[in-house]
Amino acid sequence: MNGTSTESIARRLPHAVLLRWLEDVGQVFLLVGSVLSEIPAALRKPPLLFQQMVAIGVDSMPLAVIVALFTGAVAAVQASYQFRDYVPMIYLGTVIGKSVVIELGPVLTALVVGGRVGASIAAELGTMRVTEQVDAMETMGISPVRYLVAPRFLAAALMLPVLTVFADVVAIFGGFLVATMSLDVSSHTFASGLRLYFHIRDVFSGLLKALFFGLIIATMGCHYGLKSEGGAEGVGIATTRAVVASCLLILIVDYLLASFLFRVLFA
Amino acid sequence: MPEISLQFRDVWKRLGLKDVLRGVELTVARGESVVIIGRSGTGKSVLLKHVVGLMRPDRGSVTVEGVEVASLDDDDLLSMRQQMGMLFQGGALFDSMTVGENVGLALREHTPLPEVQIDHVVQEKLALVGLEGNKDLRPASLSGGMKKRAALARALALNPKIMLYDEPTTGLDPITADVINRLIRRLQQRLGITSIAVTHDMRSAYHIADRIAMLHEGRIHAIGTPQEIQSTGDPAVRQFIEGSSEGPLLPT
Repeated sequence: MNGTSTESIARRLPHAVLLRWLEDVGQVFLLVGSVLSEIPAALRKPPLLFQQMVAIGVDSMPLAVIVALFTGAVAAVQASYQFRDYVPMIYLGTVIGKSVVIELGPVLTALVVGGRVGASIAAELGTMRVTEQVDAMETMGISPVRYLVAPRFLAAALMLPVLTVFADVVAIFGGFLVATMSLDVSSHTFASGLRLYFHIRDVFSGLLKALFFGLIIATMGCHYGLKSEGGAEGVGIATTRAVVASCLLILIVDYLLASFLFRVLFA
Repeated sequence: MPEISLQFRDVWKRLGLKDVLRGVELTVARGESVVIIGRSGTGKSVLLKHVVGLMRPDRGSVTVEGVEVASLDDDDLLSMRQQMGMLFQGGALFDSMTVGENVGLALREHTPLPEVQIDHVVQEKLALVGLEGNKDLRPASLSGGMKKRAALARALALNPKIMLYDEPTTGLDPITADVINRLIRRLQQRLGITSIAVTHDMRSAYHIADRIAMLHEGRIHAIGTPQEIQSTGDPAVRQFIEGSSEGPLLPT
């Protein structure tokens, strides 16, 4: 008992925390490196990839669509409140279109899908780890990175942009519904505003962000899942860490990508 | 001198703050069945994991068919593992697949066999362990003994030269345990498979072993035929095989 408590205090000391954090970062880079080398092999197994595309993409669609619908609706309400008396309502469509496509669509989709998919990947792989299924797979000469990680990695990178396209459309539609039905904005005004200052590069930058977010979600889920230990409690911890790390990284990477895209590339 | 299949030379392994293995020396001849006994937490499973390269020794070497496991890169390790089968303690069946898919997985991954032939091998391996007709069940709907047998069929799919068993009879009723013991013995005698089993079930050990080795304090403390072990005067071995709480081994 004494040993355990000393050990748990030792684990919380700043240098121990820093070391574990650095270890985590190193392991994530190693994992990504080995996943990249296994991608060609993973592409030769379409069933595994399709299975994950369904689990990560298709099954997340209802959630992403509902979130998007209300995001657009709220954006319309808030924007019209801010505009009142100062900004002409023609800009309502512009502001909703831009904010959804650049920011709200990709980021909110990634956050909710990150919660759903990140948790499910971490819990599934974590359970496989603690019940020795991952060891069994390795013992059978099958690489867990090729068989488990690479399909999830690819599927998330492909499906997050797809989900984002749907989310963008639905969110704008949500904004349109609120604007036309309760804010006295005509559909013509809304549509003209939407077309105003519309740049296709905004859409692409949003989808590029979504691709990175997909990679983050799959990588965190797989990383924490595969290193979970110690039964049900360990799987629980791994799941929490995967979701927390995904959400934090999504927001951090969002800032970095936004800075790069809009202040360097498109500046 | 029979050919050596497997050799541990001065193997040391530290896990966390504890030296689990402290200079293990063990040689297993081809076709031989060695059972490693020892208390829970003495590193028996750790020893097995060194054979398949799931763990690497901190010091010393583990050689399988003359090749040092730790020296292999990932690809060579994966191909070496195809010559081995391992039965995990809880079976470790993939619960997202049916029993048949579990057994056929290694064949699908490593052989160019057509689906019809894979199906044939799957049926054959399932029949070998007495599970014919259960191909389409999910692992969740199997009993403990059936899971172990299904896992055994899966481990045998590629006709391994070496079989490793991690607590093959733990948690099974005595009758199912006997079925598993007979299976292990039959596989070794009929197919000449080298086998290493880790257990603390002495009935099982006497049944399947050519030699029994006791792992104690990180080393092979004693080794001998089942008769030699049964008649030994070593107090630690005696205490363990008699299952007594009094003696040099302290309760943990």
